[in-house]
This record gives sequence, structure tokens and C-alpha cells, in this order.
Amino acid sequence: MRRALAGLALLALVPNTAFAAGEGEPPKQIGWAFSGPFGTYDTAAARRGLQVYTDVCGLCHSLGFVAYRNLAEIGLTEDQAKALAAGQQVTDGPDEAGNMFKRPAGLADRFVPPFPNENAARFANGGALPPDLSLMTKARKDGANYVYSLLTGFEDAPADVQLAPGMNYNPYFRGHQIAMPPPLMDGAVTYQDGTRATVDQMARDVVEFMAWAAEPNLPSRHRIGFGVLIYLIILTGLLYAVKRRVWSDQH
Amino acid sequence: MSGTGGHADQKLKLRGVLGWIEYRLPIFNWINDAVGTNYPTPKNLNYMWNFGSLAGIALVLQIATGIVLAMHYVPTSVGAFASVERIMRDINYGWLLRYMHANGASLFFAVVYIHLLRGLYYGSYKYPRELLWWLGLVILLLMIFTAFMGYVLPWGQMSFWAATVITSMFSAIPLIGQAIVTWFWGDFSVGDALLRRLFSLHYTLPFVIAAMAIIHIWALHVHRSNNPLGIDTKGPQDVIPFHPYYTTKDAFGLGVYLLVFAALVFYMPNSLGEPDNYIPANPLQTPPHIVPEWYFLPFYAILRAIPNKLGGVIGMAGALVVLFAVPWLDTSKVRSARFRPIFRTLFWVFIADVVVLGWVGHNPAEGAFILIGQLATAFYFLFFLVLLPLVGKLESPRPLPDSIATAVMAAKGKSTSGGGHR
Repeated sequence: MRRALAGLALLALVPNTAFAAGEGEPPKQIGWAFSGPFGTYDTAAARRGLQVYTDVCGLCHSLGFVAYRNLAEIGLTEDQAKALAAGQQVTDGPDEAGNMFKRPAGLADRFVPPFPNENAARFANGGALPPDLSLMTKARKDGANYVYSLLTGFEDAPADVQLAPGMNYNPYFRGHQIAMPPPLMDGAVTYQDGTRATVDQMARDVVEFMAWAAEPNLPSRHRIGFGVLIYLIILTGLLYAVKRRVWSDQH
Repeated sequence: MSGTGGHADQKLKLRGVLGWIEYRLPIFNWINDAVGTNYPTPKNLNYMWNFGSLAGIALVLQIATGIVLAMHYVPTSVGAFASVERIMRDINYGWLLRYMHANGASLFFAVVYIHLLRGLYYGSYKYPRELLWWLGLVILLLMIFTAFMGYVLPWGQMSFWAATVITSMFSAIPLIGQAIVTWFWGDFSVGDALLRRLFSLHYTLPFVIAAMAIIHIWALHVHRSNNPLGIDTKGPQDVIPFHPYYTTKDAFGLGVYLLVFAALVFYMPNSLGEPDNYIPANPLQTPPHIVPEWYFLPFYAILRAIPNKLGGVIGMAGALVVLFAVPWLDTSKVRSARFRPIFRTLFWVFIADVVVLGWVGHNPAEGAFILIGQLATAFYFLFFLVLLPLVGKLESPRPLPDSIATAVMAAKGKSTSGGGHR
């Protein structure tokens, strides 16, 4: 209750200047394959982004709402997805004897998290909790541009900024101090398709992947929407003609 | 039948199967009298009169999509967020249903606000339509409760903290406030018990809204629609049958509405929502800015404008309650703002004031926003409590036309001589 009241006071009555002052900088604007009414995912980029996620981000960040079977949507074959899943162990059971057991993950499993629980994640990361990335591009304002800017925006702290221990300077992050160290450096992954793995390239690719993970239905949404709009434009035009015709004896 | 405005009552004569049914249950004449050829309607209604039927359709769409969503939603603090993601990812066209439901709520409010402001502009709340106005306001109140509860259900950060802020408001009530809050919560904190009861009520209230809408239409049919001139219909020359004239006009309006709706749902489904609600609820972390949905922003600004908790809550509730008194606060006998030059100007200042309140509500309460919010709040109440009664007494309205028919004929003559088109 005290927490609730504190929240109320914060929200409704006390000006929350402290937060407003620490807003992150407006993100860099990138033209994404999925932006605009005809946008759809660049699946080659998303597959490279998957590699960045599994090799780099996935060491700390979970992706709990995405299943291995979903990877078919960005062009992985069933065998590729199976192989990726089989590299992780999940706890299953109980078996006939009532014991829990470990087995390799399968297509129906969700991405196996890097840590078994929040405490383990915090313990391994100096007290900070790496957030789940399933919805990250939707959970931040201008999310795709934000994540790209954050990943490419690490810099040395200005002279007048005193960094807290274990923190890194990133002007795009709210408050400018982030517990995550710069995760990408040139050549951090070796792309199978031969693309040069620069920080900028990896950031673009992993954002493409995360955008797909957050909103996998965007391509069908855009496609269906186009048909619906064409249909409605014709229908509305016809309804207007009917209305004019009916009202012609009144005008 | 009194008050038909000179319209000759024409019942349908049915034979065969329809006649057999009609003899036992006169449903076809009932429909025909309600929205058919036997419902006389002022001939001069403009497109502002489309929003009543649009509101009805928006309600039906919300109920239809909501019933299916409820088949897949899990009302527990552990399962709610994940069940919404399951709807978005694994349920066939679940994303479409959810985006229709969330954006449909926004458009429902937009339509109802326009409907209400049309009533305010054309004086539709005046004698003999006071109860009709009241029934509409009851529907608005029910919508506000329902929309708030629905916003809590996904159990994201904004859901959780909106539930916390709004339920905690009642603790401002002296002496029993805290007990009431605990009773609402069914617990000592916002959690499972509250989520489950909000889900139950969120499912129930739309049907109460539907019932109130039917009574609203019933009351409408007694004295029938007001019109842009705000004068009563005087004879058959003033009216046209609802069908086919207004059925076709409403159908065209519906087409335009669906275009806007589809553009939102398919191309910017998250533009009206807060990104924070895609973060699962966390009772230990308050979001930096707690903002309600856009349709509550003016009321939120009023809540924050008054630097006292109880005062703020009373101000916010008062902003709605004052609408019930409008038929008596407005002392003018002339309905339509067309003939009330001062009121007409004040109406648009009032609209601007509400927009300013919304803008203030969207921003953190700091710096100039505090003063602007307080001034805009003061004007909101000044408009209803002082200006509305005063203007009715002081203003000299322009002369009213003799009848709808003469006004329509005059306008037609002007446009024919002016442009030569039909």
C-alpha cells in the first residue's frame, strides 16, 4: 500500500523532473526494410541478426516469447532450426519413475534462457537484470531506431559526468548510464554469408531480427491491410454513389 | 400518434410467411418504425449526425472481438501478459483481433466524443431531450470504467500502474478511503484478486452499455432527432423517412469510418498505445511517466491540476458530473449554436481548452505545464458553471427560420443561383 501511495504521489501530484531531465537523446533514424506501408522483413538480415543474438546478446538476454519453430518465418530450414535448438538443454519430466530429466531443446520449445532465473541473471551481471528481448523494439519509443542507436552509441563519458561503478556511458539510454558494456565490436561474429561483421552491420542485423521477434505478423498485416483498404475504398465509393442517387430528389 | 411532426403513419402490410410472423410478433413493423420508412427524420441532418450509429457499430465490434479474445486470455498476474503474447503470436489472426479491440476502443471514444460535442453545439440536450442526454452520459461513464478495466488486463507496466493510481484515488475519501481501496483490491495490494474482478467487470459492463444504448435510442425515438437548425419539425415538408435516406448516408459514413479503422489496425496499430505496456508488470519499478490513453488525458490533467489529492479527484469527477447539469446550466431557449454568435465562439474556445488539457495531461507535470493545466482546468469549469448560464441571458440570438423546409429551400435557392449545380 505504501508503495502504491508513493506511486500515486509520484504520478499525480509531484512533478517528476528528475526523470524528465535524464531522457535519452532522440535515436538515429534508419530506413528499415519493415518501415512504411509496404515494409516487410529482410529475412537474410534477420538470419544474420539471429547469429548476432545467439553468439552475443543471447549470452545474457532471454528471448522468451519466440519458439525455435518460428525461425522458419525468417527462412531457416527445419533442420537448421532443429540443430540450433538441439544445442540447448531444457528440463523436462517427470518420467515414469517421477524424475525430472534434461533433454536437448526441440522445435516446439521457446528459446532457452541464458540464466535459470532472475537472481542468477543479476548475480552474473553485477546486480543488473538484462531484459528479455522478445518485445524490445515495441517496448521502447521508436524501438527499432532506439535499439540500433543504443548498440552503436557507446562513447567515453564526458568530463563532467561521474560514472557509477560498473556503468557505461550511452547518451541514448535514459539517464545516460547503462550497466550493459558495449556488446558489439568489429568481427564479433563470423557471418556465414560472407557479410563483413562491422558494428554498424551487426546492429542493423540484430535489430531486424528483434523487430521480427517482437512483431512476427507484420508482413501478413501489411499484405492483408492493403487488400482490406482497396476493398474499403471501392465499397465506400459505391456507398457514396448510392447515397447521392437516393438523395438526388432532395437536392 | 402524437408528435409525428405531421408525418402520416404508414404501417407495412405483409402477407405470406412474413404476414404470419407479423400477426404473432410485429417485428417487421417494429424495425420499420425504428429505422425504416416509417421513422420520419428531419431532412436537414448533416454528417455530424452519423456518429450515433457509428458509436453503436463500434460497440458491437468491441463486443464481438472481445468475446473471442476472452476465449484465449488468462486473467492471472502470472499468465495475463504471456496469454496476450500467445494471442498475438500463436492464435490464428489473434493479432488482428487484439489490434482491432485496442484501436477500436480508441475510435469508439473518438466517435462518442464527437457525438457528445455535436449535442453540445446544436443544443440537443435541451427540452425535451434532457433524459436522452443523461442516458448518453451514463453510457460515457460506463465506457470510461470499461476502457480503464480493459487497459489493465494485458498486465503490462502501464496496466499495473494505471490500476494502482486509479484505485488508490479512492483512498482520498476521508475516514473510509483506505478501507474502500482494500475492498476494491480484494487484497492489500494490486494483484491477482483485482485483475480477476476487473476482467469479470470488463466482460459484463459492455452488455450494460448495450442495454443503456437501447434505452438511449428508445428515448431518442420519442421526440426524434434534433437537427442543425435546432427547431422542431412542423410538418411532412420538414421530414424524410429514415430509410432509404439516412440508411444510405449512415452506410457511407460507416465506410469512411472503416477506412480510418483499417488504416490504424493494419499500418499503425501501436501508435496510440504506450510502449511501456509491452513491458510485463513490475510492482517494484514505477515507469518514469505514467500516462493514460489519449481519451483520458484531459481528465488526467484536471486530476493533476488541483494540488490536493481529494481536490484533484473531486475535480476530475466534477468534470464529468457537470455535464449532467448542462440542460439547466444553459439558459438559452435557442438550441443551435448557428443562431448564437457568442455561444458559438465560446464553444470553439472550449474545444481548444480541452485540447490544451489533453496536451498538458500528456506531458509531465512540471514547469509551465502546471500553470497552463490549472488555467485550462479553471476555464473548463468557468465555461459550464458561469459562461453557459450567463451567455444564455445576455446574448441576443439571431432570428430563427420559420421551418426546416423554408430554410432548406432558401439554401437550395442560393446554391442554384450561385453555382448553377443541382
